[in-house]
Amino acid sequence: MDFSDTPDEAGFRNEARAFLERHAEPKRGAFETWQSRYPDREGLERAKDFQRKRAEAGLAGLHWPKAYGGREAPAIFQVILAQEEARYLVPRGYFEIGLGMCMPTLFAYATEEQRRRYAPAALRGDEVWCQLFSEPGAGSDLAGLRTRAVRDGDAWVINGQKIWTSGAHWADHAILVTRSDPKAPKHKGLTFFFLSMKSPGIETRRIKQISGQSHFNEVYLTDVRIPDSQRLGAVGQGWGVAITTLMNERLTSGELRGPDFEELFALARAIELEDGPAIANAAVRERLADYYVRTQGVRWSRFRTMTAISRGDTPGPENSMGKLVNAPKAQDIASFAMDLLDMGGVVTDKDWAPMRAAFQESLLSSPGSRIAAGTDEILKNIIAERVLGLPQDIRVDREAPFDQLPASRR
Amino acid sequence: MNFDFSPDQKALRDQARKFLGEHASSVRVRRILDTDEPYDRDLWRGVAEMGWTGTAIPEAYGGAGFGYLELCVIAEELGRCVAPIPFSSTVYLVAEALLLAGSEAQKRKWLPRIAGGEVVGCLALAEGAGAPTPRTVKTRAAANTISGTKAPVTDGDVADVAIVAARANGAAELSLFLVDLSSAGVTRTTLPTVDPTRSHAQVVFDGVAAEPLGAAGTGAKLLERVFDRAAVLVAFEQVGGAQAALDMAREYAMGRFAFGRPIASFQAIKHKLVDMYVGLELARSNAYYAAWALSTNAAELPVAAATARVSATEAYFHAAKENIQTHGGMGFTWEFDCHLHYRRAKLTGLGLGSARRWKDLLITRLEAQAS
Repeated sequence: MDFSDTPDEAGFRNEARAFLERHAEPKRGAFETWQSRYPDREGLERAKDFQRKRAEAGLAGLHWPKAYGGREAPAIFQVILAQEEARYLVPRGYFEIGLGMCMPTLFAYATEEQRRRYAPAALRGDEVWCQLFSEPGAGSDLAGLRTRAVRDGDAWVINGQKIWTSGAHWADHAILVTRSDPKAPKHKGLTFFFLSMKSPGIETRRIKQISGQSHFNEVYLTDVRIPDSQRLGAVGQGWGVAITTLMNERLTSGELRGPDFEELFALARAIELEDGPAIANAAVRERLADYYVRTQGVRWSRFRTMTAISRGDTPGPENSMGKLVNAPKAQDIASFAMDLLDMGGVVTDKDWAPMRAAFQESLLSSPGSRIAAGTDEILKNIIAERVLGLPQDIRVDREAPFDQLPASRR
Repeated sequence: MNFDFSPDQKALRDQARKFLGEHASSVRVRRILDTDEPYDRDLWRGVAEMGWTGTAIPEAYGGAGFGYLELCVIAEELGRCVAPIPFSSTVYLVAEALLLAGSEAQKRKWLPRIAGGEVVGCLALAEGAGAPTPRTVKTRAAANTISGTKAPVTDGDVADVAIVAARANGAAELSLFLVDLSSAGVTRTTLPTVDPTRSHAQVVFDGVAAEPLGAAGTGAKLLERVFDRAAVLVAFEQVGGAQAALDMAREYAMGRFAFGRPIASFQAIKHKLVDMYVGLELARSNAYYAAWALSTNAAELPVAAATARVSATEAYFHAAKENIQTHGGMGFTWEFDCHLHYRRAKLTGLGLGSARRWKDLLITRLEAQAS
């Protein structure tokens, strides 16, 4: 057991550090994000600029094939880069979906010409991608999606609605999964495409979340035409393609940002309760210990995963555990911190509230973390079935024609 | 980055699992549970012959001179099978206390015999219910003899040597003493406990010859260090036990049919098993980090040990109680093995002090680190 880098890893770490010192700025506070310093369009333009520098330095597409501008580096390099970037203000939320999910899907299913056309542009940040998967009636049960694709000569005509699409309002391209055969059983009637987000018939609307922020979009597709040459995988085989995309999501989903044990501990040392400092209160100490133990457990579990990655193993579904623990914990910590602030806990004014209202913000954003990229419940199913090897639920929707299945009330 | 046990350490684990599978099956454990036998003497002899009792004892004192990572590996396997032997008292507490504070003569006298499995040791601290503190310890030492009543003392009825916490010459601070339990003035009475696979006693000392272990007045400090080290090793026993309880629950849920299907296909059971798994994995990771801190004698050891202690104590009890729940009615019969873990989980959770107390200690240590 030791925590030191191999010579190769240490060399890469130095390379990443040198790049960041030269091209990135340190964060001004623990929770500063690219978007909070550079909102809206400015953020996107600056992010593209940074991504181009990253690509030129060989620090983008680390595990990609060299043929498409990647480095074919060991997976541990991605972890090292993320560790080094943690202290810096670097763009997040612009390119991860394109580079981590869309491009690997293209690598698996697109033509060589298409890969050479799209991959380098995505890598350099010139083109941004989004993922048109979830629908109002198909979230955890993605295969229940209803967006229709109807063949028309050499093209397909798409009608339907997608939702929870990060970055759709600025994306240049998208991957899309549709229902091409409603008479087939649900997993067998899907077909997968990629398309330009500039195609006629696409309308994007921002979704306002309970936090007041808008990270996601609804995307309406009305008679959108996609050439058949942009189909990925065979007609009716779209579910298999979507699984390829989602397998890559697990590698992409990052750590949660927001106040955690450290911030709650600092607050407890600073705030006065009815009987003295919060940190001296037995009930507070017990809660702090519970959060600390879980925080460290996730931290060292990640080190175990990194050890596996560093040996060349692929992280398995056990990696889902981090979000399953951290997302509910973030919500609990936010709520408990506000309890410590007592009557003053309600205030969200950043200049008034302790820690610039980070806990109040987390109270309103953390419910989303428990749902996005796999709800707590779905993650438990994944661990139950793929780690513990327990049987799948009895399904009533496997063999029936999709159009005979009951649908949600609207 | 290599946050894992080495191939050699894993080979040791496989060897230990195989040996214990043969010599510490639940049939063997039940022989101790169902009779007045205080511990499994054959298993104890076997474990000593394998060299496990001397794993972390230096060769100069008759040990194998491996290290703590190897001892952690063995601890996990002992915990998995609920081994009914006085291993933790002798190896984690007494040997560690001797290594930390023993005089050269004390180490030469006792460590080779511990390594060889010839003696059993125990630590006599508690004097009744409630958290033991220097205030609650009434046992007194004067003129190299001690007098007082200690209970419960794990393995106190079978041990050959005890480390006793007492107040020397009326001092407020605790001091530690080494006592040969065959000396005159020692009276021992077996105490029944929640886990009969491990033996406990009340030990009365009436003017018993004792020699100081470590400097006078340093008892509390020394115990804290010994308990930190033992906490890491017991955490591995707890992780092994929690894994065994999860494995049992999984096995049973896969084979038990209700409403026309295995109960393992119901989300109520699946999510229960995942909760057990997550608690276990967090505890395992915290234990690994504490093992690293123990094996390198790192400054992080006190925080890491308390973290591992809390994490493993809670994970083991959670897994043990939900294992019974998964088994339904059969789970609370004497016949099924679920209760072996339920008992041991509570015992290991109290033996070095409750999780409640360790949580408080953890925060005290984090405060010290932060200021």
